[in-house]
Amino acid sequence: MGHFISQLFHWYTTGSHWRGSNGVPALAWATVKVTAEAVLIALAVGLPLALWLGHTGRGGFLAINVTNVGRALPAIALLVIGVQILGIGEAPALAALVVLSLPPVVTNTYTAVRQVDPDAVDAARGMGMTGTQILFRVELPASLPLIAAGVRTAAVQAVATVTLAAYVAYNCLGSLILQGLSVNDHVEVVAGALLVIVLAFLTELGLAALQRALTPAGVKVAENAFATTN
Amino acid sequence: MPLRGVPIVGGSQPWIQWSWVEHHWGDIGSALGQHVELTLIAVGVGFALSLPMGLLAWRWRRFEKPVYGFTGLLFTIPSLALFAFLIPITGLGPTTAEIGLVSYTLLILVRNIVAGLNAVPGEVRDAARGLGFSRTKELVRVDLPLASPAIIAGIRLAVVTTIGLVTVASLAGAGGGLGTLISVGFQNNFRTQEVLGAGLSVLLAAVFDVTLVVVQRFVTPWAAVKGGA
Repeated sequence: MGHFISQLFHWYTTGSHWRGSNGVPALAWATVKVTAEAVLIALAVGLPLALWLGHTGRGGFLAINVTNVGRALPAIALLVIGVQILGIGEAPALAALVVLSLPPVVTNTYTAVRQVDPDAVDAARGMGMTGTQILFRVELPASLPLIAAGVRTAAVQAVATVTLAAYVAYNCLGSLILQGLSVNDHVEVVAGALLVIVLAFLTELGLAALQRALTPAGVKVAENAFATTN
Repeated sequence: MPLRGVPIVGGSQPWIQWSWVEHHWGDIGSALGQHVELTLIAVGVGFALSLPMGLLAWRWRRFEKPVYGFTGLLFTIPSLALFAFLIPITGLGPTTAEIGLVSYTLLILVRNIVAGLNAVPGEVRDAARGLGFSRTKELVRVDLPLASPAIIAGIRLAVVTTIGLVTVASLAGAGGGLGTLISVGFQNNFRTQEVLGAGLSVLLAAVFDVTLVVVQRFVTPWAAVKGGA
């Protein structure tokens, strides 16, 4: 065990592991970049859709159940089928990430808008607000914490999925794990795994801070971000 | 006319080659069986661990933070990294797969157990106590039955999530199941195996999900009045 830890320490302090296109900084950047792209695309597509569904109260049952069973769609299957259509590399990785980031964004946004206090909406209507004004000035601000929770879930899950994209030749931190597994080099496997874990924790902590910052005063954070609503 | 049961690979291959499927029922069935077994063990063990943790966090508030902190930490670890991390310790095989899979069910199950128990109306518990129920009897006869819709919702989520994660375990060389079908298909550039692995995973999840909804209706007949589930 002590021997393994000293080997691990040696791996991290070897200069060549930190330089060039296969160095840790390049691999970490590749992981962060495609994660951010995917989450932004999922927000651009999913947010308007879910706000509209939530505001009108239409299609929610279908949206939530489709996304629920969609959880079982293995990320690896999405990646390998993506390769058949888009070829290897970044394209199938990005496509799979977008598909997997949509459910948390859509489900959380829809649930958040539906959970807005009906009295507040009534009051807004009584003050003469139009439907659009109610959406943007009442429902959206009250929904922000839960929407941010969805973004956080999506981003942490995306970091996990990019790691898998190493399997379809997207060069990222996961490549260290798979390369290590293929040559039975447990030191490289664990070295890569620890880097991925650190990145996931940083993503989680960073977005948790963002979520707190986005929570308007007086709005209680909805504790349960999981879709137990159906 | 291609040979029956021999994979057609390359650019012009169909998404599903039925002759291959017909000749490989056995392999497909055993992959599916392994997948079901890994899933059921993971959720079963996960539930056995989550129930005491959930009860602890519900009854004594000071345990709530550590329980959520620990299970949340496990949940945040990317799956491939967790399996990879375990391989030097527990080796390649079902043990590694199950440890990883169980650790992902904990947060989902504990949260739903606590949420369900917290939602039990105080009046009902007062009534139970007024009838002379002991704390244990109250828990078994009142609290847990009333919390069961939320608990079953948690089990549904855990099952569906686990079905998706089993494939990652097989990518790391641990376990097997439908993930093996997908990765062999990828290595041989054979679409049928990839599509079959994905399709059967989703189908499996849908079957389990519907079954659990039926179970939920059965154990909570009062909820059906409100059109629940």
